[in-house]
Amino acid sequence: MEAALSILIGLFFAVATYLLMSRQLVRILLGIAILGNSVNLLIFTSGRLMREVPPVIPEAFQVPPGPIANPLPQALILTAIVISFSFFAFLLVLAFRAYQELGTDDTNEMRVAEPTGEASPPQGY
Amino acid sequence: MRTIIFRTIAPYLAALMVLFSIFVLLRGHNEPGGGFIGGLIAASAFAIYGIACGVAAVRRAITLHPMTISAWGLFIAGLSGLPSLFLAQPFMTSQWWYVHAFGVEIPLSTPLFFDIGVYLVVVGSISSIALALEERESD
Amino acid sequence: MAATDSAVDLSQAMRLEPVLPADWLLVAPLIITILGGALCLMTRKNTAAQPKVAIIFLTLLVLACAGLLAHVLDKGVVTMVAGGWLPPFGIAFTVDALGATLALTSSIVALCAAVYGMTDVDNSGRRYGFYPFLLLLMTGVCGAFLTGDIFNLYVWFEVLLISSFGLLVLGNERAQLDGAVKYALLNIIATTLFLIATGLLYGILGTLNMADIAIKARGADANGPLMTVAVLYFLAFAMKAAAFPVNFWLPASYHTPRIVIAAVFAGLLTKVGVYALLRIFALLLPEARIALADIIALVAIATMLTGVLGALAQTDVRRLLGYLVISGIGSMLAGLAIGTTPALAGAIFYAVHSILVMTALYMAAGMMRALGGSYSLRELGGLYRASPAFAAVFLMLGFAVAGLPPFSGFWPKVILVDAALVGGHGWIAGSILVTGLLTTIAVGRVWIYAFWRGGPEGTADGQLVAFAVPAPSAVGANVWLPIGVLLGLVVLLGVQPEFMMQVSGRGASTLSEPMGYLRSVFGEVAR
Repeated sequence: MEAALSILIGLFFAVATYLLMSRQLVRILLGIAILGNSVNLLIFTSGRLMREVPPVIPEAFQVPPGPIANPLPQALILTAIVISFSFFAFLLVLAFRAYQELGTDDTNEMRVAEPTGEASPPQGY
Repeated sequence: MRTIIFRTIAPYLAALMVLFSIFVLLRGHNEPGGGFIGGLIAASAFAIYGIACGVAAVRRAITLHPMTISAWGLFIAGLSGLPSLFLAQPFMTSQWWYVHAFGVEIPLSTPLFFDIGVYLVVVGSISSIALALEERESD
Repeated sequence: MAATDSAVDLSQAMRLEPVLPADWLLVAPLIITILGGALCLMTRKNTAAQPKVAIIFLTLLVLACAGLLAHVLDKGVVTMVAGGWLPPFGIAFTVDALGATLALTSSIVALCAAVYGMTDVDNSGRRYGFYPFLLLLMTGVCGAFLTGDIFNLYVWFEVLLISSFGLLVLGNERAQLDGAVKYALLNIIATTLFLIATGLLYGILGTLNMADIAIKARGADANGPLMTVAVLYFLAFAMKAAAFPVNFWLPASYHTPRIVIAAVFAGLLTKVGVYALLRIFALLLPEARIALADIIALVAIATMLTGVLGALAQTDVRRLLGYLVISGIGSMLAGLAIGTTPALAGAIFYAVHSILVMTALYMAAGMMRALGGSYSLRELGGLYRASPAFAAVFLMLGFAVAGLPPFSGFWPKVILVDAALVGGHGWIAGSILVTGLLTTIAVGRVWIYAFWRGGPEGTADGQLVAFAVPAPSAVGANVWLPIGVLLGLVVLLGVQPEFMMQVSGRGASTLSEPMGYLRSVFGEVAR
């Protein structure tokens, strides 16, 4: 099972990297969304897989009665999902605002902060 | 989106969702649920209400600015780590009080207040983003 | 569900001995900034009260961090585990001299920025949330310096990142949006790399507690998958610290926000990346550091030289300073590349110096703008007549960043060059010295153009051009006070370096001989 998931994670990373190398901002954003998900899968697989035993302690017990799935990766992933979700929301708004203001979603044409024909520094004293 | 059916149902649906979100929030300590997921449900209730009846109606309904709600949540969550200071225990150690009222034992705890804080932070921040996006759409 | 259930032995899961109030100093910086940030956020509309609330809380933060540093110097490394759960399961806050020193320096810088912001950030910026974001940024920065858990470090990185996004787009100008897009995308990729490395590390060692990682990594095969993790960490934090060749987000974005925000960023953000590199490579994965030492050295030299050469080629003062930030990162990385205890101490001292001096220089750039009406070296001129005192201040800050005595930049460079020569790294020593020379030229040019010559470019020799007198509020006490305090610290560290040398030496020895760190987390059982 780990092997199959590892291949899937690899595919996710490949897709994300491909999208990140694009010039269009929207594709980069999609790449970041996929990258975030592939990392979550990676953490999940790193914690070793175990099926059908959720890490919930029944009402009558103080400690789990038998072996359970590793709850730590799930907590880590929950944190990572929350963070990547809020970042993605922020990035979407930012990209939309940038598109409105700069009139382009091509990162090569976003040169307002660093204009191409900038004056060189003074040469003499 | 503003069909008459949706506009009629949306307030009831939103009210039910907010109620359900509080249920999810309160059952969260020992069972699946909690502040984060409850907050998401409540925020989506506001988003639905906003789609149906307009963003202005939502802002009137929740009175406070969403970011102020977030701030209160952050404040409550921060404070909930402090009671253990007075008991010589580390930061965020959970404290429990068992209150008896109406013949029922009500367990109150600092994790509950932390969860309420998380709930408010999530409600505030997600609905402020959602409302901002909906506002822009209607321009 | 009562905690007193006799069926469970709590001492197996929790630390039950009472915690002294002094130990709460470990988390006090976080509590203060979170509560202060929340209060500021609640009162966003009250623009008059906000700076006062923020300054009160940041003063508390400075006091708490100073108390924490004193506590650490007194007791050695201290640990508090949130919720009392036994490490490595609970989230540990473990503070040594390195973390406490950087937290104290950062909080001083943030307090100065809050004062400076009273002038620089107008009411709309305050309503947008300058002060809440500043306080929450400090939550992230202090959290990163104080935590003893690597996933928690990731969370604090994200806290400071999201606050920095808020600050960066404050004002919503076109250039800001452009800069923010590049800053946000590249920094998110960097933190994702950090998370990937952490996930793999957890898969290999099965722990996230830093002390536990340090123990387990010493027993693991250094050339196995741990090496991959180390390289990923290096790439992620090199991006965060703006090391060559993954530094291009910094000059693309640091000149776009309000100058006080740029000052805070230049002081703090990259240094958190350097801190993480020091912590991970010197404490957690020392064998990987030895294996990667040559690469780190190359990156350090390239960062120093490209940084300062970039600075020489700039017209805009803010961008020039951005390149000087990068150049300074190179010197700190050089300390990591050499890796001996004195070299690490030099890197820590340099980080403190860089936090203070870069913030002060950006604030000074804001004052140049207030006096001369521009950031461009072509349009500035004659500022010496506008304010001779300010010209002297700028010259001193320039000498400090170049590493000339008697300012704070001199001593870390001496330590680093000495450590490089002792360790047989002549190239590193040479690069540090050449960088110092080129930095002197770069800041000297700024001083000559902006202050010494008669007027803007094209003014004939000997002619003095009149310029508009700035509004008194733009160069009032709110501007002078923070620059003065930072300059005072820079001079103090230059004239009286013994205390800082001792503190950074202790920080470095905790990194290279981590016994005290491990004992603080696990008690005497750690061997």
